[in-house]
Formats: sequence, C-alpha cells, structure tokens
Amino acid sequence: MGSVPMKATVKSAINIRFAGLGGTGVITASNVLADVAFRTGHEVRKAEVHGMSQRGGSVQSDVRFGAEVHSPMIPDGCCDFLVVLEPSQADLVRAGLRPGGVLLTPADIPAARLPSAKALNVALLGRLSRHFDFPEAVWNESLRAHFPARLHAANTAAFELGRNP
Amino acid sequence: MQPSQDPSGRLLLSGNEAAALAAWHCGVALGTGYPGTPSTEILENFGALGGKAQWAPNEKVAAEVALGAAFAGARVICTMKHVGLNVAADVLFTMAYSGVDGAYVLIVADDPGMASSQNEQDSRRYAEAAGVPLFEPSDSQDAYDLLHIALEASGRWRIPVLFRMTTRVCHSKSPVRPRFPFGAALPPGAAFAGVPAFVRNIAAHVMVPGYARPAHRLLRAKLDEIQLWNDAEGPNRVERRSNLLGIITSGVSYHHVREAAPDASVLKLGMCHPIPLKALADFRASVERCVVIEENDPWLAAGCAAAGLAVEAKDDSIFRFGELDVDRVLRILARDSRPEPVPPRGRPPELCSGCPHRSSFEVLKELDCIVAGDIGCYTLAALPPIAAIDMMIDMGAAVGMGLGLRHVLPPEQARRVVSVIGDSTFLHGGLPGLVEMAYNPPSTGHVLVILDNGTTAMTGQQEHPGTGRRLDGTATYRVNYEDMARAAGVKRVFTVNPVREKSKFKELLSGALSRDELTVIIACSPCILAAGRILAWEKRRKAQAASPPGEPAPA
Repeated sequence: MGSVPMKATVKSAINIRFAGLGGTGVITASNVLADVAFRTGHEVRKAEVHGMSQRGGSVQSDVRFGAEVHSPMIPDGCCDFLVVLEPSQADLVRAGLRPGGVLLTPADIPAARLPSAKALNVALLGRLSRHFDFPEAVWNESLRAHFPARLHAANTAAFELGRNP
Repeated sequence: MQPSQDPSGRLLLSGNEAAALAAWHCGVALGTGYPGTPSTEILENFGALGGKAQWAPNEKVAAEVALGAAFAGARVICTMKHVGLNVAADVLFTMAYSGVDGAYVLIVADDPGMASSQNEQDSRRYAEAAGVPLFEPSDSQDAYDLLHIALEASGRWRIPVLFRMTTRVCHSKSPVRPRFPFGAALPPGAAFAGVPAFVRNIAAHVMVPGYARPAHRLLRAKLDEIQLWNDAEGPNRVERRSNLLGIITSGVSYHHVREAAPDASVLKLGMCHPIPLKALADFRASVERCVVIEENDPWLAAGCAAAGLAVEAKDDSIFRFGELDVDRVLRILARDSRPEPVPPRGRPPELCSGCPHRSSFEVLKELDCIVAGDIGCYTLAALPPIAAIDMMIDMGAAVGMGLGLRHVLPPEQARRVVSVIGDSTFLHGGLPGLVEMAYNPPSTGHVLVILDNGTTAMTGQQEHPGTGRRLDGTATYRVNYEDMARAAGVKRVFTVNPVREKSKFKELLSGALSRDELTVIIACSPCILAAGRILAWEKRRKAQAASPPGEPAPA
C-alpha cells in the first residue's frame, strides 16, 4: 500500500486568479501579469478557458509564478490573490481564496478618477502591483506591449491610480 | 505580437502558439484545418509566423488537402477539434493504410469537460481504431518538442500521426525554449530540406482492395516496429522518486500529478499509441502501488489491464466526466469516491447585445417554429430566455434533422419545421443536406434559413469561403448562397436582413411556412463583433479596385 499524499500545493508558487465577465479584460490582465513575472525571471504558468467566453459569460484566468510551478490551474482554496473585475462575480469565486488571501474588487478603485471604464483591469493591476516587487518599468513595458498605442496614456494613468492612489 | 521573453531567452507561449512555432521551425510546407475551439490559434499563429496556412470548408477537405501535399513529399500539419476528427475520420482510417511520402501530423484538440463543445470524446481511441501513432504533449514545451518528434516519426515510417492536445494544453501558457531565436531567420538547412515532387506509386496511393490488403499488413508491421521504438527510445520519461507509489500519466494530468504527489515516481508518456508495454511493465514492477491518472476514457488503464499489469484506475463513475485538476488527482489517489463538491455556476454565455441572431430567433419564436438548429454562436438561442432551438447535434445536422421531422410529423406540425444554420456551418456540413432537400423533398416542402453573419463567429471570427477572404485576410472568391441553393434545385430563394428588415423577414418566413414548397432564406447581417473589421476591409477593397494600376493602394 503506497502512501497517499496530503494536499500540499507548490510552496514557492504565488497564485493569482482573475475573474469577470467576457469583455471585462480578464484575459488581458492575466496576460500582462504573466508577462511581467516571466520577464523578471520567474517560472510562470497561466490557464484560462476561452471560446464561448466573449459571449458575456463568466471568465476566469489563473496565473501562477514562482521558483517552481506545475499545474496551470490553481487548486481549490489556494488563491493568494483574487482580482475581480465585475462585482457580480465576487461571490462566485470568493471560495477560491486561501485564508488570509487578498481580494481586490472594483470597489478598490475610485471609479470617478478612472480615465475610462474600460481601464478598470489595468487599474486593478496597479492595485495588485503593490503586493509584488516587480519594477514599475517592467509593468509599463508590458502594458505598452499588450495595448494599442492610443490607449497607452490612459493605461499609464489607470495603473498609477491603482498603484499610488 | 512578440511573445513574452524571459532573461534566458525562453518564450511564454500557449500550447497552440508553441505547436505553430514548432511547425514553422520544422519547415512545414502547408497547414490546413477548420476552426474549432480549442485548436483554432495553431493555424492563425503558423500563418502569422510566415507559414502557408489556410482554412478549408471542413475537416475532411482539410485532411485531404494535407494528404495530397504529403503524397507529394511535403511536411504538413492539419488542425481540428476532436469532433472535427469525426468528419475527417474517413480520410484518417485509409490514409493510415496508404501512408504518406513526406510527413503528416494531424493535430486534434480534445475538450475534456466540454468548455466549448458538444461532447467530450477521447481521440486516443481514434489512434487505436485507425492504427496510427499518437503523441500527447503536457504543456507548451512538450507541444514544441513533441511536434518535432512527431514530424520526424511520421517521415521515418511514412505514416500519418495524431497529435492529441487538450483545452488546458492548447490555451495554457508556459515557458518554451525554442531551437531558434524568435523572429530570427532559420539557419540554412535547419528546416526540412525536402522539395516536393510527384513520384508515381499507384499501389501505395490507390486503396482498391487489391492494394489495400497488403497496405493493411504493411501498416500493422509499421506499428509493431514503432511500438518497439516507443519502448526503447520513445518520448516517455521515468522520474524515479518513491518506490511506494508510482503514477502512469500523460498530457496535462502529468502536471497535476507532480503537484498532488510530489514524492511519487512518475512514468510520463509522450507517445501513447502504440502503447509502450515494456516501459509500462518495468515501471509497474518498480513500485508497490501503481495508479494510472488520465483524463477522459480509461484508455491507458485498459491498455495496462490488457497486458496483465496490476494498476489502479480512477473511479470512472466520477472521474471520467470533466477535466482533472490537482484536487481531483488527490481524490483519485486517496480512493475518495464520495460525491465531489459542486462548484458554483457562473453566468452562462449569451448572444451579444445587438447580435443579429437575436432578431432572427425572435421571429422564429413569434411564428412558433419547430427549429432544427446547428453549431455556432446561435446555438445559445436554445437557452432561456430565448429557448427557440429544439435540437442540435453536429455540424450540418440542422438540414437533415429538419427534413426528417417534416417527413413523419402530421402536416400541421410539419409546416412549422425550419432548419436554421450559420454560414460557416452551412458550407462545412450543410451543403449535402441542401442537395438532399431538393432530392427528397417532404410533401409539406421545407424551409432552410442560413444565418449569414459574414464570419465564423463562435471560434473567434475566422474567415471562410463565404466571406471572400482567406485566412490571412487577402481577397479570394466568395461563394454565393443564392446560386448554390438554385443549383441544388430550390426555386424560392431570398436574401433579407433580419435586423433592418425584420418585418420583411417575418413575412417571407411565414409565407414560406404556409406553402408546401422548398424555400431557402439567407438572413444576412454581420456579426456585431466583426462588423467593423468587415466594413473596413470592404472599404479598402473598393479603394484598391478604384486606384489605377501601378499606384499603391491605400493601406
């Protein structure tokens, strides 16, 4: 009879789940974070399910980074950070957060100061960035790489609003 | 877009991007396929890298175009989702006999858990049934490396091979160390150097019984040889850790296993068919307890059992359904067969606001139609609150199912039956149904509505033969649905905009239902997500047509 392992997620990995509805910027936000972590030398895995998602349904994307990452999907109740881009989705995903984990929602961003409602995902990335020591220059580089030039100024403002309110 | 790069030069790629990059680095001469989640981005990326990539009207045609190229000595890939392989199965089973002259990798993307599919069939069964090798990557690096090996194996044994990806491998991103820097020109000789040329070999390429009988024997001999190779030097890996617990696995399950049981020994299979029996037996003998962890069907477990190996399999009353993850692997290892916690249901997808299908289905509902539907965004009209599609099974089935209903229902019900199908789906699988409609018309006639939104919307707005554009957006011939319907033998053919001319659409439809004749209505209004892009393209094309020769066309 072999030993049955106890639940133990990879110790060194940090788990971030983005949740929202199709069109709220979940996939882009997770791509930017994965890019920043990867550019700064971490092992990164990222999972998402898309296909029917642009039809307004619930969308989630998992980003995991650290010295060692295996499964691309965050195990139940192991999210260190939960970034919710659409208020209606918070209750749906809250159970994924580990005890002591951080929940970020649109309420964390002063909506009136957002350059556009569309930039909420970038503002929440700015808010999330306060928890990591990635250089701000890398965030900016990554944001520029993921958005068309006409949005760069608005994104810089939105990111700053989240990072240094 | 330039992919993410880490300080050591690795790229952060999805499995689909990694497969495309490998195809490019291997000198694949042609990539063809039909869009289908989660496989679609392979060809799009292969094209973006500079490869010759094209959409076919359906998977069978794609597989045949690829086969012709492989008969000519080229390296080819053909991509599709799992249900697409059903459409291409006729090609697969007999090209296994004929073999190929170049190299042929058919990439099939399974969807355990049905994130965006109508079933969760397991393509490994096709490898066994048709008698072709099957490779199974676990992540993006694997997709990149194994595609090289798959193309080499296909060329070496002159046999088409299957390359089974799954949703989590296709759409998850993980690091890839490529063999050449991204975007750099390939060094001379790096890519496959073969030049396609026609070599007559009638006995190998014409599968009449007299040639197919020896070809079948040749196929089995090849598979015996490939099995020996897979056992000796196949892309499988033993990771030796604890002797107490050993796990046999493949695909993305490998990564769930590494996390759920970090101390277990692991046999990770990269090539599942022909199954490496000796490697499995050696591994089984080296551990006290041996568990097979696999998604979908108990395929590896059955292979082990047939070979007399005492391995544990997952409880298929629970774990055959849906995809695996770390938590489910933990439950399998703990032999925990209690009912699983039910995850909260998210908001289901719905038709976009402003989607022309909304208007079309409002009319169908108002007229109390019995709707034989099909596959596409519009299938969402089966869900509440619209709930106006009565059946949906496979690509193209709307036409045939509608005709069948008409043939047997009492006339007052039969006259309410309408077949509704999207433009890309009509060209994919609906055309033979149109021919059947005129060949065996029901006594009450029939009505076929083609919802032409000008794109393959469901999979992310791909081009098709009805858009007038190729995969890369360049102009090509655009099929005419009206001409097709008339050529098939339908006399009453109308095109109408179901949004701007909603009342006209309703009149046409209700008129068609009241007479015992055949009618085809093309409900033409662009996908709201694609409309801007289509309009910009049309403008550009008009400007190009207007600019005198020799002058650069506006960009």
